[in-house]
Amino acid sequence: MTGPIGLSDRPIWRRLQPVVTTILVVAVIGVPLWLVVVTAGKSQGEALNPDLSLPSHWHLLDNLRQIWTEADVPAAFFGSLLIVVPTVAGVLTFGSMAAWILARRATRVNAALYALGISGIILPPAVVTVVLLLRQLGLAGTAIGMIGVYLGIYLSTVIFFVTGFVRTIPTALEEAAQIDGASPFTVFRRVVLPLLRPVLATATILICLYVWNDVFYAFFVIGGRLDTLPLNLFRVASAGLYLNNWHLIFAYVILMSLPLVVVFAVAQRKVIAGITGGAVK
Amino acid sequence: MSTAVHPPVPDRRSPPPPPPARTRRVHRSIGRQTHPAWFLFPAYAILLVFFFLPTLFNFIYAFTDWSGFKSAINPVGFDNFADLASNGTLFRALRITIVYAVLVAVFQNVFGFVLAVLLERDNRLNRLARIFFLIPVLMSALAVGYIFQALLKPTGGLNEMIGAIAGHRFDYAWLGDTTWTIVVVALIHAWKWMGLSMLIYLAGLKTIPEDVIEAARIDGASRWRAFWAIRSPLLAPAVTFNVATALLGSMNGFDVVQATTGGGPAQTTEILNIFIYRTFGQGLFAQATTMSLVLFLLVTLMAFPVIYTLRKREATL
Repeated sequence: MTGPIGLSDRPIWRRLQPVVTTILVVAVIGVPLWLVVVTAGKSQGEALNPDLSLPSHWHLLDNLRQIWTEADVPAAFFGSLLIVVPTVAGVLTFGSMAAWILARRATRVNAALYALGISGIILPPAVVTVVLLLRQLGLAGTAIGMIGVYLGIYLSTVIFFVTGFVRTIPTALEEAAQIDGASPFTVFRRVVLPLLRPVLATATILICLYVWNDVFYAFFVIGGRLDTLPLNLFRVASAGLYLNNWHLIFAYVILMSLPLVVVFAVAQRKVIAGITGGAVK
Repeated sequence: MSTAVHPPVPDRRSPPPPPPARTRRVHRSIGRQTHPAWFLFPAYAILLVFFFLPTLFNFIYAFTDWSGFKSAINPVGFDNFADLASNGTLFRALRITIVYAVLVAVFQNVFGFVLAVLLERDNRLNRLARIFFLIPVLMSALAVGYIFQALLKPTGGLNEMIGAIAGHRFDYAWLGDTTWTIVVVALIHAWKWMGLSMLIYLAGLKTIPEDVIEAARIDGASRWRAFWAIRSPLLAPAVTFNVATALLGSMNGFDVVQATTGGGPAQTTEILNIFIYRTFGQGLFAQATTMSLVLFLLVTLMAFPVIYTLRKREATL
């Protein structure tokens, strides 16, 4: 930002700001990340008491390989994908379908449905009784059960974001397609969905973040039956066998964070625009 | 996870005023054809089964003796509440959860706001710094917890650095203090999410028209005054969003606490979700359900008034 704004134009501050920024980044973010990398590079003996010193010999690749095979990371990775992908696809599809109707048909019933639909943004999910329900449905411990639970939790977010967004789009395009004889489904798929891209991008980022990293709901629904990366990390970190094996825990942290960090590095501008785009209007 | 920053602020726009009766009827029948109600069905069927039904169950099973040790489930009235209240667990967990939520909301917003102001100018260094502060947002909260568990050990990296600066050994147990550890854990939670608050505040700062500030400056307002009197009130929507998401995220919190202290020392950081997880693991399903219901009521009683107040403040500013 330029112009005579706020605090940031005082000459001394202009000189100081880069220094303060650098120190802050190094101290607040740099130190913890440094700890992860050097500890993940140490041998078991050296990592017993994790500190900020460099490893005498780098064992990073060995440690990554060890955790990859011993903790069965590939299975956990596919478990995570098996749950994240259908969840995101489902939540976006069903959420925007509902949001389209809620935004376009302003009836009293729909206003009530909208309020109900977005209440899940605030209300915490009932994690204990959902397990009971899944047992009764025969879905306990299954990927489908887990996906259903996530859909139930995050549909609210999508309905909230997308309904707000649809209201800002003029109806003219839809009407043109309707006059040409397109069915509602075609109108939705060919006209509405493409227009929703920015808001769906925001929702995708947020929901990927939540679901990929979630461990709490996964504990209750699929704990012990199906492995995801966070569940697996938790097991690795709490298992007696691995107790205080900080080199392996941090090697796992690197492995697990890498996919998201790579996606972020490639698309960081879009991600930042996506996160902020939907939040503050 | 759940640390979820849910975007919690209900839409302000109200639906457009209804047209007169006859056109409304016509509109409605057209609407039925062009925007059929079955589009609502999948989403609401899922919400009903996987969200509202379990929530309803919460209100039923909190009043039973459901447990992992026997198959019969009998109603017991308010016994679960009475038990949890009489041994002090209920109010302790409630107090800890509220303290934790408030601390996180304050820290996360202060850090996010300071970072946004610090990194406001668009240059290469600031853009790079923003990316660094976003890395913790992307990481799993569990991983963040382990990192800080290692960093904050009595012999860990932080004490090592303090010792080097102070010139003598320093071995405070950051995560073993029955009074202050809750603050430390709240700081870690805020550390993880401050990048997101920063982004929201940055976006809020950008929406403020420059001519408003220019006008104030021409009228002789100092920089500080222009900042506090003009810019900060215009950030109200960002404050609403950030405070609400931080409160909700921390009241639903689990991972950071579990990975750093697991509820200890002496259960002084045992927030509701940690309790629920622990008792569920012990097979005490009814107790876990009761606490889950307590959390539900707490969030409902706390979040709605907070959002309402913030919204109202926004409107009067």
